Amino acid sequence: MEKHLFLGDEAIAQAAIDAGLSGVYAYPGTPSTEITEYIQTSSVAKERGIHSRWSTNEKTAMEAALGMSYAGKRTLCCMKHVGLNVAADCFMNVAMSGINGGMIIITADDPSMHSSQNEQDNRVYGNFAMLPMLEPSNQQEAYDMVYDGFELSERLGYPILLRITTRMAHSRAGVVTRPQKQENPLHTPEDGRQRFILLPALARKRFKALIEAQDTFTEVSETSGYNQYFDAPDKSLGIITTGIAFNYLSENYPDGFTHPVLKITQYPLPRKLLERITGACKEILILEEGFPIVEKQLKGFLGKGLTVRGRLDGTLQRDGELNPDAVGKALGREVKSYYPVPEIVEQRPPALCRGCGHRDVYEALNEVLSEYNGTAKVFSDIGCYTLGALPPFRAIDSCIDMGASITMAKGAADAGLFPAISVIGDSTFTHSGMTGLLDCVNESTHITIIISDNETTAMTGGQDSAGTGRLEAICAGIGVEPEHIRTVIPLKKNYEEMKSIIREEIEYRGVSVIIPRRECIQAFAGKRKTAQK
Amino acid sequence: MKTDIILAGVGGQGILSIAAVIGEAALEDGLYMKQAEVHGMSQRGGDVQSNLRLSDKPIASDLIALGQADLIISLEPMESLRYLPYLKEDGRIVTHSQPFDNIPNYPDMEKVLAELDKLPYKVVIDVETVAKEVGSARAANIVMLGAAAPFINIEYAKLEDGIRRIFGRKGEEIVNMNLKALKAGYDLAKGA
Repeated sequence: MEKHLFLGDEAIAQAAIDAGLSGVYAYPGTPSTEITEYIQTSSVAKERGIHSRWSTNEKTAMEAALGMSYAGKRTLCCMKHVGLNVAADCFMNVAMSGINGGMIIITADDPSMHSSQNEQDNRVYGNFAMLPMLEPSNQQEAYDMVYDGFELSERLGYPILLRITTRMAHSRAGVVTRPQKQENPLHTPEDGRQRFILLPALARKRFKALIEAQDTFTEVSETSGYNQYFDAPDKSLGIITTGIAFNYLSENYPDGFTHPVLKITQYPLPRKLLERITGACKEILILEEGFPIVEKQLKGFLGKGLTVRGRLDGTLQRDGELNPDAVGKALGREVKSYYPVPEIVEQRPPALCRGCGHRDVYEALNEVLSEYNGTAKVFSDIGCYTLGALPPFRAIDSCIDMGASITMAKGAADAGLFPAISVIGDSTFTHSGMTGLLDCVNESTHITIIISDNETTAMTGGQDSAGTGRLEAICAGIGVEPEHIRTVIPLKKNYEEMKSIIREEIEYRGVSVIIPRRECIQAFAGKRKTAQK
Repeated sequence: MKTDIILAGVGGQGILSIAAVIGEAALEDGLYMKQAEVHGMSQRGGDVQSNLRLSDKPIASDLIALGQADLIISLEPMESLRYLPYLKEDGRIVTHSQPFDNIPNYPDMEKVLAELDKLPYKVVIDVETVAKEVGSARAANIVMLGAAAPFINIEYAKLEDGIRRIFGRKGEEIVNMNLKALKAGYDLAKGA
């Protein structure tokens, strides 16, 4: 029983190690990155040889995790919310096959989009796949849920989806740890072929099994103790919270609740507890960190019957994360603030670092594209270089999802747009850009792809990038003509060279890949600091 | 006892090291603590903040409510003003006086200082110059922690222990420099 100061992410990682983890599989993504990083630097993990190397994307990560589970071992698979879109093919089908060794899938959602393109609530995926879900309300619960979660997964025969949000992932609190368990021995499932070969005839049986399992999942939800009912005298209102919303509610009742409260942290929804609170209270207020999912389910499509307040009727804002003030207002509390922000305070948006290679790429690209009278469009992607959207560069026209730069530029080129430029980072290219490049090669699309290579996954803090040192070989292997794979060092002194390469390749009627390569300035500074020590 | 602190600055200035030292000290002191921080996109030269909550009772919310912060500790003067709506009526600002000017429209420094001047309780000092005097500009954040120390409700000696634990693996020289930085900030704030 030791007490540590852990980020939510670190609590999850330590719990997994303590619970006999054999491997973590993940692709970096805020706010999930620190889970895998913690395991990578853990001396216990090193000693035990726990797998922790980054995967190329979330789909390869989840499939590898499933393979490890098939072999009987306990495995963790972590991603940010949008990562589950990438892994969704595996996710939906692992609900059909089930697992062997305990498997926990972590989705780190980012309401308010601190570092994301949308704020999708992945509890929707949990419901969609009909899998059991956990949603801890604090760091200690996160630890305990993971520590016990592998056993739960093994007992039910299905993976557990554990959902956290930014404030849980990136907030530190004291966590008491538990004794280290042994890893599972290698053992493959006896009924493996009946479960893991999803041919239609077998898949139909598996789907019936999944439907039948729902009652068990609900029963576990009702009896596990994670879903808690707090009775109180004032039944004019009953309050239901999910995940960390419970904390904001508690903050508003420092001396204890005056209304009955149902704290939900495990799904499927605990039917009996819901019946109890809706039976006892005249009106229900629902506080959810994310989409109004429980609210919708409780309200029903036509909204007749129960009076349910929450994000759908304007009691709470429809978008963004909750906080103590938003919850206070929903409870009719007066929120007092004494000092406004002075008018002179200006925005300070994030920016590309001074000395960053992406800067040089955009400066050269902007100059060349200015020669095309505004017809050029630059389809970009997810990473630090998305900041090229901001002044002084204003260099990009799109950023939709991982890898979309190449395929969107292709579609636009197919439509006749010229010049169609794609700007993508090295890690994003190997994550989801390579398949799009093959589409381009197969049709000799008139497109210019710039892989701005800083030899790391920089945006999330400098993790290994899957294709470092091999990008030219990968592009050539996919079929790009070697003479149209051009590399250059993005530095001021090479501007003329960069500009003429960009000009030449834009004019080439086929697939060109330009690779400006210079190490991330942060990674470079970090290495220099380490070397000095 | 309950202390709600907002730490503010610009990405890369080192507010998380301040939080780490306070966290170690709080844990040692048997206090409850929650500390929410920002990672990812915002770190690239943008504004960053961290909510740090200490109490002798369990803490519910990871975030501080409006009008509830006892203290704003900021490594940048304009950034200290950004979080004023969170400050208690009798709350205090402890901030570095020199701007981090990485935006084209940074306001006139006189106006920034005038806004700080309007507040009833504040400590405005040039921690960078003090840090250079003790040994390294990189210790500016620890000078700032020292300047805030009289208002944090944690024994000074516990903060020193926190520094020893956080910087211990970097060697005795670094530890001593940071202890000196802490002391210099503390003395300045006491005198202010």
